[in-house]
Amino acid sequence: MKTEIKQKKSNVDLSNLPENDLILRKRRIRRNKINAALRYTILAIVGLFMLYPLVWLIGASFKTNAEIFTSIGFLPSSFDFSGYVRGWNTSTQYTFTTYFANTFKIVIPKVILTVISTTLTAYGFARFKIPGKKYLFSILIATLLLPNVVLRIPQYLMFREFGWLNSYKPLVVPAAFAVDAFFVFMMIQFMRGLPKDLEEAAVIDGCNSFQVLVYILIPMLKPAMISVALFQFMWTMNDFLGPLIYLSSVEKYPVSIALKMSMDASALVNWNQIIAMSVIALIPSLVVFFLAQKHFVDGITTTGMKG
Amino acid sequence: MKLKKHVGILYILPWLIGIIAFTAFPFIASFVLSFTDYNLISSPSFVGLSNYRTMMDTPLFWKSLRTTFIYVFVTVPLKLSFALFIAYILNFKLKGVNFFRTAYYLPSILGGSVAIAVLWRFLFADTGLINMIIGNFGVDPISWLGNPRYAIFTISLLRVWQFGSPMVIFLAALKNIPESLYEAARIDGASKTHIFFKITLPLITPIVFFNFIMQLVQAFQEFNGPYIITGGGPLNSTYLFPLYIYDNSFKYFRMGYGSALSWFLFAIIMVFTLITFKSEKYWVHYDGGDE
Repeated sequence: MKTEIKQKKSNVDLSNLPENDLILRKRRIRRNKINAALRYTILAIVGLFMLYPLVWLIGASFKTNAEIFTSIGFLPSSFDFSGYVRGWNTSTQYTFTTYFANTFKIVIPKVILTVISTTLTAYGFARFKIPGKKYLFSILIATLLLPNVVLRIPQYLMFREFGWLNSYKPLVVPAAFAVDAFFVFMMIQFMRGLPKDLEEAAVIDGCNSFQVLVYILIPMLKPAMISVALFQFMWTMNDFLGPLIYLSSVEKYPVSIALKMSMDASALVNWNQIIAMSVIALIPSLVVFFLAQKHFVDGITTTGMKG
Repeated sequence: MKLKKHVGILYILPWLIGIIAFTAFPFIASFVLSFTDYNLISSPSFVGLSNYRTMMDTPLFWKSLRTTFIYVFVTVPLKLSFALFIAYILNFKLKGVNFFRTAYYLPSILGGSVAIAVLWRFLFADTGLINMIIGNFGVDPISWLGNPRYAIFTISLLRVWQFGSPMVIFLAALKNIPESLYEAARIDGASKTHIFFKITLPLITPIVFFNFIMQLVQAFQEFNGPYIITGGGPLNSTYLFPLYIYDNSFKYFRMGYGSALSWFLFAIIMVFTLITFKSEKYWVHYDGGDE
């Protein structure tokens, strides 16, 4: 019955709609409105759960210690910056200036090396005939799923043998060898989607393969390279276990470890300091995310879709 | 043209070196190490299956394993169903979808950081925000992190809160479903629930499959959350397997035992991944036209 009416409606034009159909149409519009309202309500409630903790964190960083655990609202009764000042200076001889500098000493070279090495590798996979390529590609995919946990001890022993412990080398050097299969895969997928005509034309004009990469492909690859850089930036900023295993002296700690350290040292008294430093620690990631959120979404869907 | 073959190898050479030095070699080495008693001080000697036997006789091993299973099988399904549900709602042509997508994605991007773990500790502290809020509704405060029964779920909630990245992937998949299929179903008078379970869900099963495996592998290796928020406590109730591995390997430097534990976890992850792959043919629907 319902089907019949619906089919009829799609064939009839508005001018001679029977009474019955008009009512149905109104009803449908109203139902759509209710549905939309329901959806927005769900989205708003979920949004509140997603964002309020972050908003609260920012507000709490300006609160006094007493206020943090007594008020639900995010606005402090008066802005207190002492958490930032004392937190930044820490109770140790090093300040967060050192820790941020250390973080960037790891993040910047790692991001650059990752972008270069994954682009080269992806170029090799996507554009050349390589003996045994099928197998190599399967290996690449397998490493995508390989749990890192199984590699950690021998890697540690190897870097210890090299005399690299308590330096940034174990955290940075592997990036030069395209060890993050996820990024290589993302680049390959992106490259496969690019037309080859321009490259072929360039080869006919006498470009060698490296010139083709630099002058033709890289300009087109920029979005993917930016995605790789952004993800690697975030992941390295957030990396905790790597520095925890390899770094032993406080002067070399990045922000992630320093934050955990100040939490252990002051969690019972100086809450606003640790909260203020958490906010500061999130700022670089927040800025990068809001400047380039499109690239994150694009990056994750390129890989996700075709996996 | 003949040269081209070798040029290709040149480009993948860094990766090739990397995969041998930083993946293949450590992979085999940790297997070999798992049969030794290496402890960084004395040179390793072969001890056969002794590490694996020790594992079986250690109550903490079993406790940790049990906790890990609870954690994984609470976190992964919850996170994925949430991601799919929200992606489904976002897929209706609503205004402001991009805003919501960004808002929901943000916790996933920040979530791995120590700062977020710190935030979680404050939110779920005995006098923290969550207890203040439920207090307003007359609910007695709950010891989210102090009670061994709840602590693991509080940790799990942190990861469920980060449903953004599978959500983005689901959303892209939903957008790929041709509108014509829905129209056809609607003309046939199918209800929304019916359409969801008979059309939408089957069409995105490859993505569900992909997300499931990725999340599973990740969840089994969860470290930061429990390490920073609860340190594995109270009463080892959040002592996930990676924490057990970390303590043995890098705190007590029992490299042999640590390797055995790592391989055990690896084997578990592999078994679950294989089960998922094997079950693929029963529930994953591949459309011939795709790719």
